[in-house]
Order: sequence, then C-alpha cells, then structure tokens
Amino acid sequence: MSQIVEAGVAPNLVASEREGLLTWVASVDHKQIGILYMISSMFFFLVGGIEALVIRLQLLAPGLHLISPETFDQMFTMHGTTMIFLFVMPMLTGFSTYVIPLMIGARDMAFPRLNAVSFWIQLFGGVILYFSFIAGGAPNAGWFSYTPLSEKAYSSLAGVDYWVVGLACIGIGTLAAAINFAVTIICLRVPGLTIRRLPLFVWMTLVNSFLMIGALPLLNAALAILLIDRFFNAHVLDPAWGGSALLWQHYFWSFGHPEVYIMILPAFGIISEVIPVFSRKPIYGYEFVAASSVAIAFLSFTVWAHHMFAVGMSHIANLAFGFASMLIAVPTGVKIFNWTATMYGGRIRFTTAMMFAVAFLVTFTIGGLSGVSFAVFPLDWQLTDTYYLVAHFHYVLFGGSVFAIFAGFYYWFPKFSGRMMSERLGVWHFWLTFVGFNMTFLIQHILGLAGMPRRVFTYPDLPGWAVMNLISSVGAFLLGISVLVFIWNIFESLANGDVAGDNPWDAWTLEWATTSPPPPENFNRVPPVRGRRPLWDLAHPERADEKVAGT
Amino acid sequence: MAPIPTFAPASPEAHALTALLIGVMIVLGAIFLLVTGLVIFMIVRFRDRPGAPEARQIFGWTALEIAWTLIPFGILAVFSVFMMYADHAADPAIPDGRKPDLQVVGHQWWWEINYPASGVVAANEIHIPVGKPILIELQSADVIHDFWAPQLGRKIDAVPGHPNTLWIEADAPGTYLGTCAEFCGVEHAWMRFRIIAQSEQDFDAWQRAQLVVPSMPSAPDALAGAHLFTGKTCVNCHAVAGTAANQSVGPDLTHLASREMLAGEATRNTPDDLYRWLKDPNAIKPDSHMPDFKLSDDEAHQLVAYLEGLK
Repeated sequence: MSQIVEAGVAPNLVASEREGLLTWVASVDHKQIGILYMISSMFFFLVGGIEALVIRLQLLAPGLHLISPETFDQMFTMHGTTMIFLFVMPMLTGFSTYVIPLMIGARDMAFPRLNAVSFWIQLFGGVILYFSFIAGGAPNAGWFSYTPLSEKAYSSLAGVDYWVVGLACIGIGTLAAAINFAVTIICLRVPGLTIRRLPLFVWMTLVNSFLMIGALPLLNAALAILLIDRFFNAHVLDPAWGGSALLWQHYFWSFGHPEVYIMILPAFGIISEVIPVFSRKPIYGYEFVAASSVAIAFLSFTVWAHHMFAVGMSHIANLAFGFASMLIAVPTGVKIFNWTATMYGGRIRFTTAMMFAVAFLVTFTIGGLSGVSFAVFPLDWQLTDTYYLVAHFHYVLFGGSVFAIFAGFYYWFPKFSGRMMSERLGVWHFWLTFVGFNMTFLIQHILGLAGMPRRVFTYPDLPGWAVMNLISSVGAFLLGISVLVFIWNIFESLANGDVAGDNPWDAWTLEWATTSPPPPENFNRVPPVRGRRPLWDLAHPERADEKVAGT
Repeated sequence: MAPIPTFAPASPEAHALTALLIGVMIVLGAIFLLVTGLVIFMIVRFRDRPGAPEARQIFGWTALEIAWTLIPFGILAVFSVFMMYADHAADPAIPDGRKPDLQVVGHQWWWEINYPASGVVAANEIHIPVGKPILIELQSADVIHDFWAPQLGRKIDAVPGHPNTLWIEADAPGTYLGTCAEFCGVEHAWMRFRIIAQSEQDFDAWQRAQLVVPSMPSAPDALAGAHLFTGKTCVNCHAVAGTAANQSVGPDLTHLASREMLAGEATRNTPDDLYRWLKDPNAIKPDSHMPDFKLSDDEAHQLVAYLEGLK
C-alpha cells in the first residue's frame, strides 16, 4: 500500500512484486486478466463509438455523400459486432473475472490458465475482425450476416470470412470463460457462503454462465456452416442450390436471443449490488431477483423466432413465439419493481455509480416496454427493421447494459485501483451521457414509426425525417463527448484520485474485506460468512442478517 | 403524405395494426409513467439527509412480490387477445383457390411487378384499384428483401425459395410510399417503391396503356436511341415489349416514361434525371448493377429520347 499513498503517483493496479509488460502478458491472476478485459473492451468501445459517429454523420441530413454506401455498410456491421462482442460482453466478463473470486472469498478462478486463454483468444478474435480492414475490406453484411447475402455470391470479398473466424474465436474464448465461472462459483465458495447467500452479481454471473454454455455453441455451429458454404460451396444456406435461406436465421437467433440476456444479466447483477449499497439497505426480495433470472434464462431459449415474425411463419408459430416473448416481461418487471422497492425507506447517496443505476431503471424500462411492442407480433410487422427497432435495442443495450457498466465501473474502480474516481467529473459524465443518449435514441422511435428503415446509408427528404435525424446525430456527438469525459476521469483519478482504502462505500460483500487493490491471492483472512452481507454482520453483530431475517 | 404513416392507415389491414399500436402504446406508456413516478418518488423522498437515522433494513414482502408478478400476467393476457384479433385482421386467411392478383419479385435493388391476370409487367410502381383486397405473392430473385408499405398493410420478407403472401388494400385513391425494410446489400437505401391507388376506371385505363406494345419511334434521335439500346448491351438485362430485349435482370422498360421515379426512387424520372442516370449511374446510385457505358453526350441524349418516348 505504501507506494499508493504517495500523492501524484499512479497506483499499481496489482500489488505485485514484479513489474512490466511481461507480468501482464504472462499473468494468470484473475485481477490482472480482469483488467486486461476492461482495457481491451474500453479500446473497442472507443473504436465502435467512432464507427457510430461516422454513421450518424452520414445520416445528419438527407442525401449526403460523405462516405460510400459500401463504407457505411462496413461501419454499421463493425459497430454492431464490436459493441456486442468486443465491448459489452468482454467488459462484463472482465468485471466478473475480477470480482467473482473476491466476492466468494476465493484466491483465484478455478482454472487460472484457462482464464488467460479465454481472454487472449477473444482478443485474438477482435484482432482478426479488425485485420479485415487492411485485408481487403471489413465485413459488410450486418452483425447478423443474413444468408444468402453473406454467401460468396453476394459478398465475394473476404470481410465476411474475417467476421466468421473472428466471432468463432470470441465464441470459444467466451465459452471457456463461462465454464470457468460456473466451476469457480460452484466449487470455490468460502465456507458458509451457500447458494442462497451468494451476492446477486455472483448469482447473475452463474446463471449467465449456463446461458453462454447453451448459446455460444449454436453460434459457432452456424459460423462453421457459413464458412463451409463460403469456402467449399456446400450450399447449405443458399436457396439457389436447394439450401435454406432461413436456416441461418434459426441458428443465429437461437444463439442471438440468449445473447441479449448474456449482455444484460451481469448488468442486472451490477444494479443489484449498487442500488442496495447506496440505499443503505439489503436488496428487496432477494429470492425473487435471483429466481427471476433463472426464469429469464430458460425463457430466453424459447423466443428466438420473435426476430423472424416478418419472414412469413405460420400463424401458430407466430402466436407461440409471441406468447413466449411476452412472458419474459414478467420476470424482468419483477426485477425492476424489486430494485425500485430497495430504495424505499433508504438513505440514498447520489454517487455517480448510483446515478447511473437509477437512470438504468428508467432507460432500461423504456427498452423493456418497447420490447413488449415487438412481442405483440402484428406490431412487429410494422416496427421491425425500422429505426424504432434501433431505438429499442439501444435502450436495452446502452440504457441497460452500458449504464450498468458505468455504474459498476464507478462502484468497483476504487477496488481495482486503490483510488476514488472523481465525483465532479462523474457528474458531468453522467449528465452528458443521460442527455446525449436520450437525445440520440428517443427520437428514433418516432423516426421508425414515420417509416425510416434501418441500415440505409441515406434517405429521401420525407416530412420530419431530416430534423429527426439531425437531432439524433447531435445527440450522438454529445454522447461522444461524454465518453471523453469518462476516459479523462479514469486517467485523472488514477493519477490524482483520493486514496480509497479497503471499503470506501461501506459496502457489505467480501471484495470489500481486502485491500484495494487486493494482494496477489486476494485475502489474508476471509471474514466469517453467516449471511448475505458478511461485512454488515461484522459491523452489526447484534443485528446480523441471520438474526433479523434468518438468512 | 401524412408525416407518421403507421398512424395514418389507409386499408382495413393497416387500420387493425394502428388500433393495436395505439392501444398497446397507451398501456405501455402508463406502465412507464408508473415506474418512472415510483423511481422519482424514491429518490426525492429517500435521499440521504444529514442527521437522518440509519435506514430500516427491509428484506421484502412476499405478497407484494406475488402481486407484481400476477398483474403483468393479466396485462399480457389482455394483449394476447388483441394480438390474436389483429393477427386475424391484418393477415386474413386466403380462400382456397384464390389466385394472387400480383406477383412481386424483389431484386437487388428494385421490385419487379407482374399482374398474372392481364400480363402487365411493371417495376417499382404498383398500380392498384381502390377498395379491393389485393393478394400479393412475394418472391426474391437473389437475397432476402422486405416489402413494406406501412399505410396499406403489414411488412413481410421476400425470401428466396420461400414465397410469401400478403394482403394490401387502399381505401382511397392516392400514392402510398413503400420501401425495402431488410438489409439487402449496398443499395438497400434505394430500393423504395410506391403504390398508386386509382379508381377502377383509371386502373383499367392504366392496365390497357401498359399492354400496348410500343412502335418504333419515328423521330431521328429517338430512332438512333432505339438502335443504341439494342446495339449496346442494354438488352442483356432489360426488356422492352416488341423488341428482342426480354430479360428481367433489370426493370422492364416498356413503359418507362409512365413512371414517376427512377432507380428505386434514387431520383425523379425526368429527361434530365434520366440523362444523368445514363451518363453516370454511380453518381446517383453507387455500386448498383446498372453499368456505366461511358456514353457520349449525343448517345445519352438519343437514348433519353427513345426511353422517354416509351409512355
């Protein structure tokens, strides 16, 4: 700790004896690997953000020719692929990799070397994906690369091949990480930390691991088929030669819908940690928050064809997938209500982490509700593939996942670095993000209802379209500025932030029972665990949770 | 044009969708206001104030959990009923033996329109009589496209090897805009179309005019254009009735001059626009399948004279 306390000196992110790049590259320490995940994810967040700004610049006004349609298609394909596979997923995996062993009182992940392999393979996938830019053109068939558009006959350049191989690497890395999380959480919990006492972030990561184990092989199977089609003319997905154009969609969305929950369940976990700590109360309805995640995980495998209501399925299939998709709203609603109820009677501290968590409740609710309007499938026939859909999934993935990522980042940064993040810059970051985000995407609901399809590189000057696109683009640049403030805050806080100490938020889970950052094997001594909030019990032995609530 | 076409339905099918849209939006809006109201109440009422006592540790209340699980089920059950009703209204069953009135084929990046009963072939501009349900059979010649005219009916994909059907109908004469809604390659943006609903008489007159086989032009520059049309490779992709050109890789040009727009609505169909289009297709619709023939100014003018004579 001594070198950290000195003001003006950047703290080490690991309390390790050795220094230098090699300690990072060769590391099997979950904390270092977690930080590597976060650094690479932040890098790709910036890259994907720049791609988004290029898209919004081209759409600033009708009929612009700033970039070619070809480049535009590459931009939205890479934006979507990057944000999903190289930012949101690995960022959440990074949080889990860093925090999970600490939360369960373990020294490391169950398979430390596999942990390193997971990270490096998924990063390799990202490098392959971006190598396509200098190898003859980035992929341009959209992030779900529908066949037969993604077949050789219609996408003859190598971009789609890089997309397939890059995603396959990311899929393998993520699958390995998922197995590692599941084994770690099941086998390495400190005595006393029963499954009913697990912190909810651990719960969500556990459920998420099984989601990933179920879903990612479907993606990799589909990618293999597409690659065989493209290289060996197997024509499995090519109707011109007797294949099926829709088989790909079934495969892809039977991965792709669980994928949506893979990106939101750990975010739910973050919110379930942040809101109680800053409300100074335990989570409301712990069992219901945990169980509703299991319900969501099961349901998520039964709803894939709601991405396909417009392909011309039978009435029965439409009804079945419509009903199943609506059902997911119920466990999701249960979570929203429980988080809101957690604040009831609390003493809410408006740290930046808490502001993002509260904003999440509102923005994610918008995304969840607009999701219901797709489950009512006759509405999907109007709304799908329009800007209403673009607005919907950005409210889920940005208003949901990314707001939660920011909340988690502000919450755990003191643990990662030993320094507090600047709350002054944090407030700026929050408000710029909140205003920029809503300015960009709220209007897109109306743009979609007004008939603007997604993925068009330009558009006719129909009534209202120009001004709505202008508002959206201005909002996007505001959002871009907010990210710069965030990055500035990270560097500023690493250099000059207040020293955090072990438990700056007075939180209750085990990661706060060790130093910030934790020593190489995490704990000198793990406090006894007799409830869900070991550090609360330690501070209030007379009112320990087990005595009050029997947990 | 109404600014918000999904709220300006012009057919029984689209009316059902708009009614459902408005109903669902009202309920979802109410839920949003409830949640937001609760969140705002919590953060205002329970924000930390100096000297406030420690928060009472509340762990939950099962009755409340059951309530906020069951009430959404009730709302969704109501949605389901309306969902089934709208499904029936917007996508009615097809009577046995009913032949499609129109065959629409999506191509990269234009729409081929066939009227099987009369034999009319058109592109991108669909004429229909008002007040009659029109059954469309939808196909694709290449990749997946999507046919969407929001004021007249549902959206549905044109999937290669998987013909789909949809009903459209127009309550009143007028022009209704539509677009390809599924990403289908570089020029997806300019795969727009329009549906022109006409009275029965006007529609019949249009069909008769479309069936007329154009005669060879007599004006010298148009005649030169006709020879260019067959001499260049135009005929490898396009069709003009009464000539050797009979391909459907690109739009049928037999009555090109009767259309309002060109190139999937990338530009209007005036002689000047057509001239620009022939001279440099990439300036109007980059990377479309229309080649740049490097026409001289005279050649382009002659072709325009020929094509704009194809009323």
